[in-house]
Amino acid sequence: MLDLAPFYLTLKLAIVSTAILFVISVPVAYGLAFARWRGKVIIDALVGLPLVLPPSVLGFYLLLAFSPQNAFGRFLENYFDLRLVFTFPGLVVASVIYSLPFMIQPIQNGFRSVPVALKEAAYTLGKSRVTTLTKVLIPNMKGALLTGCMLTFAHTIGEFGVVLMVGGNIPNETRVISVTIYDEVEAMNYHQANVYASILLVFSFLVLISVYLVNNRAFKVDPYHD
Amino acid sequence: MNRIKFSIVGFVMMIASQGYAQPSAKILIAAASDLKFALDSVAATFKKNHPGTVDITYGSSGKLFEQIANSAPFDIFFSADITYPQQLKEKQLTLSEIYIYGKGRIVLWSKKIDAKKEGMNGLLSPVVMKIAIANPQHAPYGKRAEEALDYYKMTEHVKSKLVFGENISQTAQFVTSGAADAGIVALSLALSPNMKKEKGSYFLIPEESHKPLEQGAVITKHAQGNDYAKAFLDYMKSDAAGAILRHFGFTKP
Repeated sequence: MLDLAPFYLTLKLAIVSTAILFVISVPVAYGLAFARWRGKVIIDALVGLPLVLPPSVLGFYLLLAFSPQNAFGRFLENYFDLRLVFTFPGLVVASVIYSLPFMIQPIQNGFRSVPVALKEAAYTLGKSRVTTLTKVLIPNMKGALLTGCMLTFAHTIGEFGVVLMVGGNIPNETRVISVTIYDEVEAMNYHQANVYASILLVFSFLVLISVYLVNNRAFKVDPYHD
Repeated sequence: MNRIKFSIVGFVMMIASQGYAQPSAKILIAAASDLKFALDSVAATFKKNHPGTVDITYGSSGKLFEQIANSAPFDIFFSADITYPQQLKEKQLTLSEIYIYGKGRIVLWSKKIDAKKEGMNGLLSPVVMKIAIANPQHAPYGKRAEEALDYYKMTEHVKSKLVFGENISQTAQFVTSGAADAGIVALSLALSPNMKKEKGSYFLIPEESHKPLEQGAVITKHAQGNDYAKAFLDYMKSDAAGAILRHFGFTKP
């Protein structure tokens, strides 16, 4: 029997994390794409860190930070009545940090791929930065935005190490699909594990196919690649 | 386009609104991995007379202890030993006395060698290249496995062959999948249907070789005002639950 709760929870986590990351990432990627100051490489490196760090390292530090026994966790609990260890909001915060590069880097590249002439033409015509961003830049980089969202979504769905450390495997709260598969393997229910795992495999494959399709189409309207 | 937007918004709202209609009787149990099959059975029979939701998270006792000490929302803790519940009590994180529900046993389990016939000496066989035990740092079954190896003066011989499972069920998974050639696991797992069908053999390691595995349970502070948690622990003391525990190899304490 297939338990649907982990699917529902995973989907909820991926949607919420992707939405939050999208809102954060557009301005940050804009800044990173066009800013010219020396310290920028530090921000670039910080954003890219989750790509190279083992999830257990990230999970470990988040666990320490979130724990009510430590300053930050105590602060959240006392002032906002918010506890992040072993709770869904905690998973969301962890996922947002964990998937940061998957959203920011494609969008950053998207900003760079829009011909500078377009942006400068908008400025010359007296358009403000914000108008240029929303009316000129963003419509010309839909492919990059979609890629960022899809990669973030897929990456959050597959998350395991961070979830296990910060979330602690609690049904209906933090037990996502990847953790469920781990549980089923431990219980030697290899068949059940296979069912969950193959669903995840097919899903990830489809997401990647969509990303490549979107990118191919995006290139066709790109004046530099026609 | 608008229709797509509406359906996305609708879907997000649907997701956000779910999960709030909870049944009133509900507990979340943290349990040592050796209980996986026994406690699932106990919970199933308990729910017949006490309708409600019983969710169980399995893991190593040490890891679950850490989580409870860091305020994970568990109502009852079934440990594979009594020291972890005792520590919770000292930290004033418990609501009940510690109840010793059974005594666990360790077995040597293998598909490669005839464990039943060869006993502990089978571990010295050249075909045994990897031996799985649970991580002694946080899994009581791993600690007892180490003590038994010491008792039979085998520690030096097998040291380089040891692989550590994160908890006792991962250790069992190492041996059933063939990743390890032999392993020291819980009798309760060796008697489970999932492990029986793997066609291995086991040797019951004599009790005098290690400290007893007295397994204690306790209601945690999180269960404040939750009568369902109390009902579950009471049921654990009943003959019906006792029979299930004996079936899975837990002896009376």
